[in-house]
Amino acid sequence: MVVFEKTKGLTDAPLHYCPGCTHGIIHRLVAESLAELGVLDKTVGIASVGCSVFSYNYFNCDMIQAAHGRAPAVATGAKRANPEKIVFTYQGDGDLAAIGTAETVHAAARNENITIIFVNNAIYGMTGGQMAPTTLPNQITQTSPYGRDTTVVGYPVKVCEMLSEITGASYLERVAVNNVKNIRAAKKAIKHAFENQIAGKGFSLIEVLSTCPTNWGLSPEEAIKWLDENMETYYPLGVYKDKYKEEK
Amino acid sequence: MSEKVLMKGNEALAEAAIMAGCRHYFGYPITPQTEVAAYMAKRMPKIGGTFLQAESEVAAINMVLGAAACGVRAMTSSSSPGISLKSEGISYMAGCELPALIVNVQRGGPGLGGIQPSQSDYFQATKGGGHGDYHLIVLAPASVQEMFDMTFKGFNLADKYRVPAMILADGTMGQMMEPVSLDASTIETYEKPWATTGTAEHEGRNVINSLSLSPAQLEQWNISRYERYAAIEKDEVMYEEFMMDDAEICVVAFGIAARVSKNAIVEARKRGLKVGMIRPITLWPFPKAVLNKAADKVKAFLSVELNMGQMVDDVKLATGCKKPVYFYGRTGGVIMTPEEVLSALTKIEKGEAKQW
Repeated sequence: MVVFEKTKGLTDAPLHYCPGCTHGIIHRLVAESLAELGVLDKTVGIASVGCSVFSYNYFNCDMIQAAHGRAPAVATGAKRANPEKIVFTYQGDGDLAAIGTAETVHAAARNENITIIFVNNAIYGMTGGQMAPTTLPNQITQTSPYGRDTTVVGYPVKVCEMLSEITGASYLERVAVNNVKNIRAAKKAIKHAFENQIAGKGFSLIEVLSTCPTNWGLSPEEAIKWLDENMETYYPLGVYKDKYKEEK
Repeated sequence: MSEKVLMKGNEALAEAAIMAGCRHYFGYPITPQTEVAAYMAKRMPKIGGTFLQAESEVAAINMVLGAAACGVRAMTSSSSPGISLKSEGISYMAGCELPALIVNVQRGGPGLGGIQPSQSDYFQATKGGGHGDYHLIVLAPASVQEMFDMTFKGFNLADKYRVPAMILADGTMGQMMEPVSLDASTIETYEKPWATTGTAEHEGRNVINSLSLSPAQLEQWNISRYERYAAIEKDEVMYEEFMMDDAEICVVAFGIAARVSKNAIVEARKRGLKVGMIRPITLWPFPKAVLNKAADKVKAFLSVELNMGQMVDDVKLATGCKKPVYFYGRTGGVIMTPEEVLSALTKIEKGEAKQW
């Protein structure tokens, strides 16, 4: 008896992610959600630039590869051309919260009926560990070798908190994939974000706190612990906005 | 033929886009292309189309990319500084082999420049603009009627070759009013089996992508795209010849500079100067063959442009430097008068002009 099998939402291409990286888990949650909702064959995913650039090889649906930071704009064009299709972006923190801030904020302001999966691992992974807009104060990276000095480069951007002030945005939740309980909650949030889109409820963004053992210089186990102790305190988990719940 | 209506170039272009089946327009305000967006904002909601004012030119072109990837006719319009911002997206669209129409109603540059007409984005339009090995199909209308007609042409060629097309107009073409016949040109439709419309609608997964970390594969993509560029150069060149039968001096000019030059040529003829003109309508592909042939007949060429001489090299290359090439231009938003062009022609005739 098969009790667990690979989701149809993922292709058979081997993932290129580093050992211990949680992108794989997040990919699975997104893919499972699309498959369970029965919308995989009418979904268009937008891959971004960064570690997840090759996600167009992994999600088992039509995919468009976007320029750095532009995924929400590409998603907007795709959704407006295909309103009956399910459109999502999968973006990292550099892509979404630095170079793509404008596209993110304005997609939210328009309440664009898309789903954004925002993977926050507090670092630029693909380029080898530079400071991200979400790098924590005092966190050491390649471009903050003495720790992030907030007097020089300012403070991290808290994306869910920032977007919660935008009238247009429908559903914002921050989740993490550092333990079984949180992974289950993350799945629920991601699935809910897609359900919102199917129901035409507009802009949903799920921020997923994720690890980067390679560029954090930690073992996978230590990385999970670092996320528990540092990221979760700076970036509290929870629902930051649920417009339709509030209306009930 | 239907009756003609008096329209601004920008509005004629916008109406043509709608008639050509475009229902997705994404833009950002900038002078002097404003009327295109204003027209679309009025019309699109009435016909079930999308008009969206993006947060930036950068976002607008990427919305065009997303819509084009899904197989619809999509467009954007802007003016020079805005096209610089769109250049990233245009490069991605070229790499992703996505058809769409990009309109540049040029103004003076560089930098913020001015808002008066210019043709100083010739290099940007014909030599790249963005990064990488690519070309756009570049159409240069010289009347409001051509603003209308070239819009159909642009969409058709883009779809036919999976290449983004650009209409390189200028502030004059956009702003001036002329009688225009709104007879629909031919709408060519091409299957788009590559479009990302969901796997329910096609075999396998469709992926729109310009990334390859394999140099051999990326080289092959570029080579295969250049094979299509070669077909475009062979089959899609457009130009107009004016009084070239017995011409001894050949003016080369496009857009508004060609309109001014026509007046100068008519006047020159009255004074006994045998002048004609070859007007490129496609700037890429450039009408090389006709210019090369003309070089065997005429004594000299005069490139007339609203810039500092950006097309001159192309004229010299096309003519194989068989005959001297001269240049007359105004820039920064200043438009030359027919008298100034006539004076440049007279200097060439008298042997007083300096070669480029």
